[in-house]
Order: sequence, then structure tokens, then C-alpha cells
Amino acid sequence: MEYLSLFVKSIFIDNMIFAYFLGMCSYLAVSKSVKTATGLGIAVIFVLLVTLPINYLLNEHVLKAGALAWAGLPDVDLSFLSFIIFIAVVAAITQIVEMVVEKFTPTLYSQLGIFLPLIAVNCAILGGSLFMQERDFVNCGEATVYALGSGIGWFLAIVTLAAIREKMAYSNVPDALKGLGITFITVGLMAISFMTFMGIQL
Amino acid sequence: MSDINYKEVLLKPIFKGNPVTVLVLGICSSLAVTVQLKGAFVMALSVIIVTGLSSFVVSIIRNSIPNRIRIIVQLVVVALMVILVDQFLKAYAYSISKTLSVYVGLIITNCIVMGRIEAYALGNRPIPSLLDGLANGAGYGLILIVVAFFRELLGSGTLFGYRIIPQSFYDAGYMDNGLVILPPMALILLGLIVWIQRSFQKDLQEK
Repeated sequence: MEYLSLFVKSIFIDNMIFAYFLGMCSYLAVSKSVKTATGLGIAVIFVLLVTLPINYLLNEHVLKAGALAWAGLPDVDLSFLSFIIFIAVVAAITQIVEMVVEKFTPTLYSQLGIFLPLIAVNCAILGGSLFMQERDFVNCGEATVYALGSGIGWFLAIVTLAAIREKMAYSNVPDALKGLGITFITVGLMAISFMTFMGIQL
Repeated sequence: MSDINYKEVLLKPIFKGNPVTVLVLGICSSLAVTVQLKGAFVMALSVIIVTGLSSFVVSIIRNSIPNRIRIIVQLVVVALMVILVDQFLKAYAYSISKTLSVYVGLIITNCIVMGRIEAYALGNRPIPSLLDGLANGAGYGLILIVVAFFRELLGSGTLFGYRIIPQSFYDAGYMDNGLVILPPMALILLGLIVWIQRSFQKDLQEK
């Protein structure tokens, strides 16, 4: 039950885009058509799902203050290294995922194309790991559920924005507002509508 | 390479080629820290330092980085700078470092840093790269501070924590706009800034 609550919460209430603005750059750049947006969304879910548990275990057993007790070093606190370790894991996993996908499912690879390497610098991935560190999840399962939820939340956000932008191509937007400006305002309005989920308790 | 126009390098990113409103870089972390001017100010300074220094360092070693692994090398350089800034904030401004929480760490994946390294520092000498990094950080910081100014003024009636809107206004029935504090308004404000800028600079308008 706790897992379900965390899952729903990370999709709707703590949505990566609408509540924390994470992964905005690629969110705005790749939301011009639903098809590419879906590809990127799936890739983000996948990478989050792989990196978060790994970073969780690293954080628990290597980086935290006193985490190295199993190696006989109970006084060592490596938490200042967490940024560099997390980003290295994210970059490495993205590289591995890219190679695996290329080897085993070439069709998916050609669909995701350039988005896979871009994910390494997607704030949503690193942000997921940093939030995980801040929130002190009690076990690896919670971290995994959180990863899945946030990934799906991001996926939903980008696909809906892409759908809205496809429709918006036919509307009459003031010249100076075309493109970036109206997209910001649309995302703002979407965020307001997502706020209706706030306060829901499971 | 003596023909580099330093003034151009410094001024262009602040207005005409602003990284946030024109190049659409680095929006990720920029909005969450703009509820209060103080946080935005510290964030802006951190980003200026990180972009400047990491462009400088990457530019120094640019000829010895193998092309295939350059992203990872750049990430490591950037992460190093961010760790320095983070440790500094934790030591000297702990309360601010708490309010900025994960967003300091997220400077690593801030697209401005990587974007400027890829677009400028890899092909230019260290000093211009340093200036380019600093100027882009400043352009980003400017947007951050403008957004934070309006959000704090309209949302809590204060600037840097000092009361600006006098008590008599509240007695007369004025109320703070709670919506401005919430995340969606940051996006809408940013949209409005883009709108104003593009109304003046017609060449930036998208077809």
C-alpha cells in the first residue's frame, strides 16, 4: 500500500516537470511532435529505472556517513563525492543502455536515435537521484517505485505537451509569443491543472 | 586569435543571445529557486562561477580530450566545480544551501554549462572561454533575478526578506498573491519575459 501511495504521488503530485521543473530543456526542445516525445519519454523512464536503484545502493553502502563500516572504515564520510559519483553512474548507464538497445532491438534504437545520449544531461535523471538521497528511502524497493513513478510522470507531461503543441500549430498566436513564449505559458497552465492533484492522500 | 571582440563576447549573452530566453538552455533549475530574491541571487552567482571556471578548464585541456569521451570528461570537470561551490555554500551559508537543496547539484546538468563548453570552450582559447562562461552565467542570472523580483514582490510583499509593501496597504485590504509563489507562475512569468523581449527584437521571432 505504501508503494502504491508513493507511486501515485510521484506521478501526479511530485511531478518532475510541474512541481520541480526538472528536465525542462529537453522537455521544451523535443515536444514538437507526439511521436518523438513518446520515444524520449520511454527512454527517460528506462534510464531512471536503472540508475536510481544503483545510485541508491551506492549511496547506502559507499557514500553515506558511516556507510563504509562493512569495510572497516566507520568514520569515513564520502557524501561530498555523491554528485560526481551519481553523474558518472548516469553517464555510464546511458552509454550501456545505448549499446544494449542498439545490439538487441535495432528498431527501438533507430526510433530513439539521438535522444539516448542526451539523457545523460537530462536534469530529471540526476534530480531523481538527488531527491532520492534527500528523502532517505528505507529500501531499494521504494527507490525503484519512485523511479518508475517519476519516469511515468515525466512521460505523461511530455506527451501531453507535444499533443497540445501539435494542435496549437493551427491557432493564431501573437508573433512575439510564437514558439518559446506560448510554450512556457502552456506549461504554466498545465502545471496549474496538475495542482488539482495536490493534497490527495492514499 | 587577437581579433576576438571581448565586448561582444561579454555583452551578447546578456541581452541578445540570452541563454534562457533565446537559446532555451538551463531552464531546468532556474525556476524552482526563484521564490525569493536571496536564493535566486546565490544561485545566479553559483552558476556564473561554475560556467566561467569549467569553460576555462575545459578550454585549457581541449586539445588533449579524445573526442569520443569528451562528454564524460566535461561532466567530471563541471561536477568538480559544482562540488566546490556546494561545499563552500554548506560551510559559509548553510541556511541558503538548505533552501536551494538539490538545485545546486543540478547545476551539473544545467544545459548552459554543457552547452557553452560544447559550443564555445572546445574551439576557443582559455581567456575568451572564461569570459564567455561568465557572461552566459550572468545572462542566466539576470533572468533568474528578474523572475525572483516579481515573485517575491507580488507573492510575499518583500524583497531580500525586507518588507516593501507597507502594512497600511494590508490594512486597506491588499492581499499577497499566493499563486505567484507556486511553480506554475514562474513559467508564465518567463513566458511573459520572452514575449516582451521578442516584441522589441523582431529578428528573434519564430515563424
